[in-house]
This record gives sequence, structure tokens and C-alpha cells, in this order.
Amino acid sequence: MPLFLPAFRLRLLGRFLSLAVVALGVDLIWGYTGLLSLGHGIFFALGGYAIAMFLNLQLPPGQLPEFFTLYGVKSLPLLWQPFHSLPITLLALVIIPGLVAGLLGYLIFRNRIKGVYFSILTQAALLVFYNFFNGQQKLINGTNGLKTDTQTIFGLLVSDPKVQFTIYEITVLALLLIYLLCRWLTSGRFGRLLIAIRDDETRVRFSGYDPTWFKVLVFSISGAIAGVAGALYTVQTGIITPSSMEVAFSIEIVIWVAVGGRATLVGAIIGTLLVRLAQSFLSEQFPDVWLFFQGALFLTVVTVLPNGILGGLGQLMTALGWRPRLATYPAIEADPEIQQERELLEHEQ
Amino acid sequence: MSILLSGIFDGVSIGSVLLIAALGLAVVFGLMGVINLAHGELIMLGAYTTFVVQNVFKPLGEPWFSLYIFVALPLAFLVSGLVGLGLEKGIIRYLYGRPLETLLATWGVSLILQQFVRSVNGLMVLAILSFCLLCFGGLWIIQRRSDWPTVKNKARTILIPLSLALATVIGILLYQTQQPALVKPWFSARNVDVTAPAWLRGGLPIGDFQLPYTRIFIIILTIICVFGTYWFLNKSSWGLRIRAVTQNRTMSACLGIPTEKVDALTFALGSGLAGIAGCGISFLGSVGPNTGQNYIVDTFMVVVVGGVGNLLGTIVAALAIGVINYLVIVGSSMFALSLASAQAPSDIVEFFQFFATTSMAKVIIFALIILFLQIKPAGLFPQKGRTAEL
Repeated sequence: MPLFLPAFRLRLLGRFLSLAVVALGVDLIWGYTGLLSLGHGIFFALGGYAIAMFLNLQLPPGQLPEFFTLYGVKSLPLLWQPFHSLPITLLALVIIPGLVAGLLGYLIFRNRIKGVYFSILTQAALLVFYNFFNGQQKLINGTNGLKTDTQTIFGLLVSDPKVQFTIYEITVLALLLIYLLCRWLTSGRFGRLLIAIRDDETRVRFSGYDPTWFKVLVFSISGAIAGVAGALYTVQTGIITPSSMEVAFSIEIVIWVAVGGRATLVGAIIGTLLVRLAQSFLSEQFPDVWLFFQGALFLTVVTVLPNGILGGLGQLMTALGWRPRLATYPAIEADPEIQQERELLEHEQ
Repeated sequence: MSILLSGIFDGVSIGSVLLIAALGLAVVFGLMGVINLAHGELIMLGAYTTFVVQNVFKPLGEPWFSLYIFVALPLAFLVSGLVGLGLEKGIIRYLYGRPLETLLATWGVSLILQQFVRSVNGLMVLAILSFCLLCFGGLWIIQRRSDWPTVKNKARTILIPLSLALATVIGILLYQTQQPALVKPWFSARNVDVTAPAWLRGGLPIGDFQLPYTRIFIIILTIICVFGTYWFLNKSSWGLRIRAVTQNRTMSACLGIPTEKVDALTFALGSGLAGIAGCGISFLGSVGPNTGQNYIVDTFMVVVVGGVGNLLGTIVAALAIGVINYLVIVGSSMFALSLASAQAPSDIVEFFQFFATTSMAKVIIFALIILFLQIKPAGLFPQKGRTAEL
């Protein structure tokens, strides 16, 4: 693939692939666990900020990142100190989003808040983080965000084509690894439990499991995945700003998953690539009407194609006589016992 | 002291706007379990309606201009209510029982409405009108055939894309003429300002500060809306039906309550209230395509804190959120000021100044809400009843 594409398109593809990583995380919690998070931008941005802070500290000793001097900050804030070292940064961009997600999830799930309430609370949390990061001019350069493309890594400029190509390769590798991780998580006992929580949480609780901890765990894993995606995306776009915590972006992620097909994992990747490609094409051609198209896309996906592209393909295959593997227990209407009872009742009338 | 008082007053007036918006949202959410992410855009539509009415009344001169608000209010209610009705009939009706999908679909609608306000022009209105004429006119004609139930689905699948295509062709053909009256956008992406009528300017002096009349007006408007909604829900026959369906949809349907009609009516009512909230918002600041976005999450917070389908909870929550928001900003900045004058260590002063911003107020409110939900997960006044959930 890299051989056929011009450099500009390749950079675009790299960005899309890193966005596909966050879509995988959303698929894990929305598709499999039934929790619609509208706040994944938080974790995405946290990962992005972690790597950006590391890159901004690649300076001669004793010097501070440029924006600090603008606001009269003399010494490096405590928050920045750990990001001098690469290993800690790499750990931080997984652990910080994971921890934040875990804590938020625990506080919400503990009270069995779910469904739409959960979505709204995550969205509110997103807005809170957005406001907070926007307001902290002295600490993290507020609205302007942190630039990374003019920084150096191992003595090379980050925006250098060679470095960018390496990052592209890392992105592909990360996407593959995270896909395998999600596949592994969802295929075993843990995955079946997640699906059970999605389909009937009360029944899971009555069976002796505590769904809270499973939900906290999966939300935190999903947050960590979003953190990785944010870091990859940041080094490829060259900047991280609070705008990646806008409400619209987090909902878009959900739509990529919905377009590709929920609970398929592959669908999340396909959906992201398709929608982003369409977006970059349409917004180049007709910049004014992209929002119309996006809105229409939301409506069509939800009303006409509720199972996404892969789900639609699956339906087509079923119609052609292909028997799909059942991933969940049959809906109550398809239950043979219930059908039998229905028929009995009808005969009695 | 007077800063604190005026802060509380500002908080109450913002809370009132939130309250009108949240009333609609809470009633709809309680009844149908549907979160309408386009609610903010319905607020925006109400605000723009006020703007349009104001522009119509401006050339009429003074005695009329003072009264435009009494035309704007019902019109805002009507416009938002009708758009809400169309939304329910066109999309949400098909998504009942799937709250998360509804959330996404209504977000799509909100994007479309935002872009619509930015780029609406005569051409677009003509195209939409011709679409409606073709589509619904065609359906109306076919409806009179005796075999309507059998051809219903086929007629819809053919007519809707056909009229869509025809409307697009009409639009493109008209675009070729490049008539400025048709092509020029009405509002554009810039914010617009609504001028309050003369009797709403200025303020009521109390001690050494003023209570702006616009804010008093908004508070009175809120009280009227709350009592109106209360009366409608508790005294009218349709209100009785709405409450019945909220409590038990299946049983209400069995008893002969037309649940579909109730749904549509409730959605229109909730949307109409959003329109009135928009009318109020237009007096508080300038109005733009993003206006709805600024209020929507606060409104949801009110619904979450207040509990579902509960008027009293919504009222208390809206006022509390509005007031706490201002108290955090005004209170901590005052505290910082008084500490600074008392020669307190600069670290402590800085600490309080840190909290004296709008963004920190949002952070604190959210933290408080999360804490609150730890104690009362189902809102202030949860609905009583036996359930395995919660």
C-alpha cells in the first residue's frame, strides 16, 4: 500500500488508521458491552497530550517550552516533570486515560447508571475536560494546544518524512496488535460475559456476577486504547488542541463504528476508513454542505442500516442461504418456546 | 454583598432558561425514554424566530415594535413545535425502544439544522417546498385508492426518492438563474443580535445595583411556562393521558389511549417549550448556529439531576445548577479579592482565583453532580414503584 500512494495521501491514511484504533475501543464497549460512550475524546486527548508533552521537552537542559516564557512561568510545573523520559511517557499515554476512564466508569457504574444516562454523563465529562484544558493557559497552553511537528525525536524532526513513515509503520502495527487484543478479549469467556451484560444485565447480576467491575474494566481498557490512538494521531497531525475534545468528534467516532457494523471489530476499522475518506473527499469538493452529508449519514445508518455495512452484508448472506454463527442469545421473538406458546394462545381464541 | 446578590440573580435567570428547555426535555424523556440531542437546535430555532419577528416589526415603527415579543413568543413555540412534530413523525417514531440509536439520529438532525440555519436561502426553501408538495401530495392522492394498505410501502419507497430527485433538479435549475434574492443566504454563519423592546431595557434599581428588566422578564416567562405545563399535565384530559402513558405504556394502550398521538403531542409540546427557551436566550446574548450546543449539556444535567418526568425535580435542579454555577465564579473571585486585600499568602489567593472562571465552574458543577448521583442515582425525586432495576 505505501508504495502506491503519494506522501500526502499516505499521511492521511496513517491518520485514518490511528483513528481506526479509537474506533476499535469504542466498538469494544458499545458493540460488545452496550455502553454508548460519547466521551472518548477525553481519553484520546489525554494520550495525545502525554506524547506532545514528551516531545515538547526535547530541549537543551535548562530550557523551557516556548509558550511557558510567554506566560511568565519560570520553572517547569510538577505535572510536566515525568514526561522527560520516554518509557514513562509511553506508559503514561496508556495508563492515564485508562485510569481516568476507570475512575469515571466506577463512579457511574457503581450506581447502576446506564443506557442514555451513561451517554449523557460521558458527554458532560467531555465538556468539562474540554473547558478545563481550554482554560489552563499557563499549564498546557490552553486553546492553542501543543505543537509537535517542530519538535525533535532522537535528533530528527518529527515532521521529517522518514520519521513520519516510521510512525506510519508503528500505527499499522499498533492497529494490528490492538485488533488482536480486542479479538482475544471478545472471543473468550470475558467476551461472552460482555455480550451478556449488553443483552440482559439484570440476568447477569442474578446469575451471581457483578457487572460493575467488568464494565469498569472494559471501559478502562477502551480508554487506554483511545489514549494510544490519540498519541499516534497527534504525532501525525503535528498538533494536539482541546478541539479533539469537542462533542462532535466523540460522536463521530461512534458513527464510524455504526457505519462499519457494531460488534464486529473489523467493521470499526472499515467504517472509520470509509467515513473519513468520504469526509476528506466531500469537504474538499463541497466545503459548505459536508455537515448536511454527515447529518444524513447519521440518519441513514441509524434508520436504514442499523447493523452497519458488515451487518448488512451478513443479512445478505443469510438471505442467500448462508447460516451465520450466532453471537448472542436469540431475541425473545425468535425463541422457539415463546413462538410455540404464541401459537397455542392463538388456537385457543 | 451586592455582587453576590446580582450573581445569584444572574444564576436564577440562567437557571430559568435552562428550566424551560429542560422541562420539554424531561417530559419527552420521561414519556418516551428518548434523549433528543437536537433539542439545542430547537432552542436555536426559537431564538432565530424571535430575530425574524423583530426584523419584521422594526420598519413598523414604535408602538408596534414594543409589542413584537408577544408575537415572537407564540411563533417561536409554534415553529419549534412544528419542527419537533415533523421530527417525531419522520424519524423518532421508527426508533422507539432503541434509545441509543435515537441519540445518534437526533444528533444527525441537529447537524442538519445547524447547517440549515447557516446556509438557508430562498432556493433551499423552494426546493424543500416542492419536495413536500410532490411527496405528500402524491401520498395524499394515492391514499384515496381503495388498495392503499397493500401499496403503502411501495408507494413510499417510490415517491420519496422520486420527489427528492425532482426537488434537487428544480433546485439546480433555479440555481442556474443566479437570482440574488434566491441565492443569498438569509442568516449566514455569523451571530445575530436581538434588540429588546424599549420597555425591557434598563433595570430595576435595588440598593447599589440593578436588576435588568430582561432577566426579570425571563424569570416571569419561566414561571408562566412552569404553571402552564403543570396545568396542562395535571388538569387537562390530554395531560392525564400523557401521565398515564408515562407510567405504563402498555396498559394505557390497552385502555384505549391513542399512544401514538400522545407521543406526537408530547414531542411537539417539549419542542415548543425549547422554542420559548430560545426566545428567552435571544435576550441574554447574541444568537448563532452554535447557540443550541452551548445550552444542551447543561439542560441534560438538569434532567439527570432532577429525575425523569418529574416537574419539581426539574425545577429544583435547574435553579440549583444555575445558581451554583454563578456562586462558584462570583464567590471564589470575591474570596480571592478579600484575601488579597487582607494580605494573605499569594498561593492561597491564586488558589481561589484558579476557581473563579467559567470553565472551573463547569468542572465543579460536574464533580458535584457525580457526587450527588452517588447518593441519589435516580435523581432528586425518583419515581416510586417496584422494579428490579436500580
